[in-house]
Amino acid sequence: MDKDGQMLSIKELADVLNVSQKTIRRHINSGKIKSVKVGGVHRISREQVSSLLEVEEIIVDDLINIGLERGFPYDSKVPSGDLKNKWSKHKGTINLVSPANKRNIDIIVVGTGLAGASASATLAELGYNVKAFCFQDSPRRAHSIAAQGGINASKNYQGDGDSDYRLFYDTIKGGDYRSREANVYRLAEVSANIIDQCVAQGVPFARDYGGLLDNRSFGGVLVSRTFYAKGQTGQQLLLGAYSALNRQVNRGKVEMFSRHEMMDVVVVDGKARGIISRNLVNGKIERHGAHAVVIASGGYGNVFYLSTNAMGSNVTASWKIHKKGAFFANPCFTQIHPTCIPVSGDHQSKLTLMSESLRNDGRIWVPKNIEDAKKIRNKELKPTEIPENDRDYYLERRYPAFGNLVPRDVASRAAKERCDAGYGVNKTGQAVYLDFAAAIIRYGKEKAISTGQDKDNIDLVKSLGKEIIKAKYGNLFQMYEKIVDENPYETPMQIFPAVHYTMGGVWVDYNLMTTIPGCFAIGEANFSDHGANRLGASALMQGLADGYFVLPYTIGDYLADEIKTGPIKTDTKEFDEAESGVNKFIEKIMSNKSGKSVDYYHRKLGKIMWDKCGMSRNAEDLRSAITEIKALREEFYSNVFVPGGADGYNEELAKAGRVADFLELGELFALDALERNESCGGHFREEYQTEEGEALRNDEEFTFVSCWEHMGKDKKPKLNKEELNFKSVELKSRSYK
Amino acid sequence: MELKLKIWRQKNSGEKGAIIDYNVKKIDPDMSFLEMLDVLNQDLIKSGEEPVAFDHDCREGICGMCSLVINGSPHGPDKGTTTCQLHMRRFKSGDTIYIEPFRGTAFPVIKDLVVDRSAFDRIQQSGGYVSVNTSGNTVDANATPIPKPDADEAFKAAACIGCGACVASCKNSSAMLFVGAKVSQYSRLPQGKVEARERVLNMVKQMDKEGFGNCTNTGACEAHCPKGISLDNILNLNREYIKAKIRK
Ligand SMILES: Cc1cc2nc3c(=O)[nH]c(=O)nc-3n(C[C@H](O)[C@H](O)[C@H](O)COP(=O)(O)OP(=O)(O)OC[C@H]3O[C@@H](n4cnc5c(N)ncnc54)[C@H](O)[C@@H]3O)c2cc1C
Ligand code: SF4
Ligand code: FES
Repeated sequence: MDKDGQMLSIKELADVLNVSQKTIRRHINSGKIKSVKVGGVHRISREQVSSLLEVEEIIVDDLINIGLERGFPYDSKVPSGDLKNKWSKHKGTINLVSPANKRNIDIIVVGTGLAGASASATLAELGYNVKAFCFQDSPRRAHSIAAQGGINASKNYQGDGDSDYRLFYDTIKGGDYRSREANVYRLAEVSANIIDQCVAQGVPFARDYGGLLDNRSFGGVLVSRTFYAKGQTGQQLLLGAYSALNRQVNRGKVEMFSRHEMMDVVVVDGKARGIISRNLVNGKIERHGAHAVVIASGGYGNVFYLSTNAMGSNVTASWKIHKKGAFFANPCFTQIHPTCIPVSGDHQSKLTLMSESLRNDGRIWVPKNIEDAKKIRNKELKPTEIPENDRDYYLERRYPAFGNLVPRDVASRAAKERCDAGYGVNKTGQAVYLDFAAAIIRYGKEKAISTGQDKDNIDLVKSLGKEIIKAKYGNLFQMYEKIVDENPYETPMQIFPAVHYTMGGVWVDYNLMTTIPGCFAIGEANFSDHGANRLGASALMQGLADGYFVLPYTIGDYLADEIKTGPIKTDTKEFDEAESGVNKFIEKIMSNKSGKSVDYYHRKLGKIMWDKCGMSRNAEDLRSAITEIKALREEFYSNVFVPGGADGYNEELAKAGRVADFLELGELFALDALERNESCGGHFREEYQTEEGEALRNDEEFTFVSCWEHMGKDKKPKLNKEELNFKSVELKSRSYK
Repeated sequence: MELKLKIWRQKNSGEKGAIIDYNVKKIDPDMSFLEMLDVLNQDLIKSGEEPVAFDHDCREGICGMCSLVINGSPHGPDKGTTTCQLHMRRFKSGDTIYIEPFRGTAFPVIKDLVVDRSAFDRIQQSGGYVSVNTSGNTVDANATPIPKPDADEAFKAAACIGCGACVASCKNSSAMLFVGAKVSQYSRLPQGKVEARERVLNMVKQMDKEGFGNCTNTGACEAHCPKGISLDNILNLNREYIKAKIRK
């Protein structure tokens, strides 16, 4: 819908009238339906629709809802009313559970990263009994710990014109208009409170000399709204959430199960009632009952095998609930981060991110001449020997307005384009340069002038410049040198894009509930706020917003009906069945007495995903990916070898379970990418690009969330579409030229 | 590169362990230490044997999950480096490398090189927090300015990754550096001052209960800490502890 909610798109009208979009187009062409073109897109006015329906006046909101109900089987529960008042109105009207009753309600939280730890702590503080699970030896190890750059909040401490609306708008636009307006606005609205909360907990954010909080700018937005703690923001935020969790453990309100893996969810009479877990130390399969289950298990980037995610990050918890009825949304929306350390060889087990902030000062280039590139790869030439004129600063060339600061998806694709064309550096040919030489000189000269030293003494200028670069990025340069064994102050860094984050995930409504009543999903595990591309420093914000400020309230809306349920029994047939399913899987996996290792299959899957569902995709490749993944999955079950036993610590067995689920997710991922016949955000379909090679979005046909429904083993999953309605922003194509 | 490995193998906490010899070939100097162990493990699986169990997750030096005593040194020979950040270019072909778990009375072995460090969690649970409710009713973050030097010092202490190398390197298995780091972080921030007394008393009590030893100022912990947590934190812990005791 358009800005004022006065016009409908062809898609919306088709849904409302329950006819195909073709029919509407035919009528538009014949003149039977009058449309106007807004930004190149057909729109039909409210009056037109009234006359078509032969009713006097229509409320466009209602119409949309009718259309939605027809097309999409679930209510997204977005409250009516003005965008800015939705959340406060919702909080004021949803059901609550009284403090006395909360004591009788149990909640399971799977995952204790930023989202899960903050949720567990707050739920416990409110009075619920919480059981929290993580697979590492301590909640403090969750993958959130690795986040470097920072966390956004619309505090406007810098007085540079930031506001909730601006943060909302940047996030919606950055996500290429594929996220839900109301959720994103709420995120912006609660963001400021996150910072208050964290400071109160003792999180040592960076401060200026006046003792106030410092900010940096991030991710190509026009304001400085990113709070940070050196290059360790995720660590400090997670330790804050961990301390809040520990406080509740100490009060006896949270029972913590570390080194435990969720193996399945238990659904009783259509409601989530508990989980089956495996104790990773002694191998015991356990039953846990609860009135609600919260999934906070993070993203699934490791479906690519190589990613910046921690080694254990996995999709299992999300996938198990998907198979029991939770829709999986936009699985193909993945973020490939442009500045990571390139793969150095076949032994590579994971990839390391170099913070996006480096693009503020580093210039990205490859040799202009293909011969030079070859020489570099053969170590016959050094990058510093290539004269300025023979370098191709391709981002500055292609995108003069944004240059090296284009969004992540754009920068990543441009690097791939150059490397595919044969200009890549590094022994693999899969790398480009990120060069700080110009910045060192620039800063050095500034410093020399401001301190009255000789600005023409090049050695002096260089050493002054290096000091400044060191103060800004010292820890990153050090990390780079440890891994690559090259000094980035002297020679340009080599970087290449790597899988980093998954925008897709479990579908949730405005209350963060999945399509299984009583089962919720928060943090990176859900799909909700980042659309087709996430802006830097927004994942930490979302995880903590969900955990501290959203879920603890919205869960009450569901639990209000549970106060009379009484404790959940685990000696029921549903628990029996779920447990025996887990045991059967383990038996099957352990039954091969020889064969290939789990890693072998994980690497193979990763290669298919990277080659065919990676930075750019086309229908043919995606179809062959689906076939290849199917075949690989079959081979996996008949040939994977897990040594040792199931009755004790067995890392290979734990990995096998995760890879088994990745092998199913990978197929859905490719299918989703195949069905989305447009390019948007991190999803680039080669068939849909402009003449200049830029992404071509199709708002008329694809302004929806792809919600996949599991239909049973070996059956094609069903695609349900949640239409996205934009009332507060105008859909524009993103240009960074 | 080719290497001889001497690795501690132990089936579980109940059974006795022993050092077993292995050889690995075709090790690329660009590999990380853990990637070298991955190569060994893939070889072991190929020959039908159980791989060597070791803890790891982020593999970029921040989660604190990796451990290993390498040639007698927790996290290996490089200063300020976790095991996962150690690279094979640090070794020569033909070298013999001893690989053992982080030992300590309070860190029982679970399997091979994996130890149970949950004692650290219990110490944190006993007082490593500020008792502030998380439901959103807090004052504005800039209401209380914090002098930059204090904030920076608090950050330095907060950089501890909870790996346990300090304990593993100490002949007394003392956890003073770890506990000192947390106590110091809060003691430098106004938010942490309110409960300073109970915090330090409770955390030290729990530390003793877990069986960690006393500090005799050998400084081994600081030398092996991958995050450069300084001995000043132990001094500060002692100061806070005495202050708390006197006020009792
Ligand atoms: C290198 C890197 C840098 C980043 N930098 C930034 C940044 O600067 N700013 C930003 O905003 N975002 C950043 N991100 C993204 C952000 O860190 C993550 O999206 C976010 O931390 C995810 O938090 P989470 O709580 O949802 O999940 P996680 O932190 O991944 O936690 C998942 C939890 O689930 C548990 N778990 C998983 N599966 C199971 C199972 N089957 N059974 C039991 N437990 C399970 C795990 O043990 C863990 O406790 C970065 C990401 C990476 C990889
Ligand atoms: S003080 Fe250092 S060695 Fe000890 S747990 Fe913390 S980071 Fe590890
Ligand atoms: S694996 Fe995370 S610090 Fe080494």
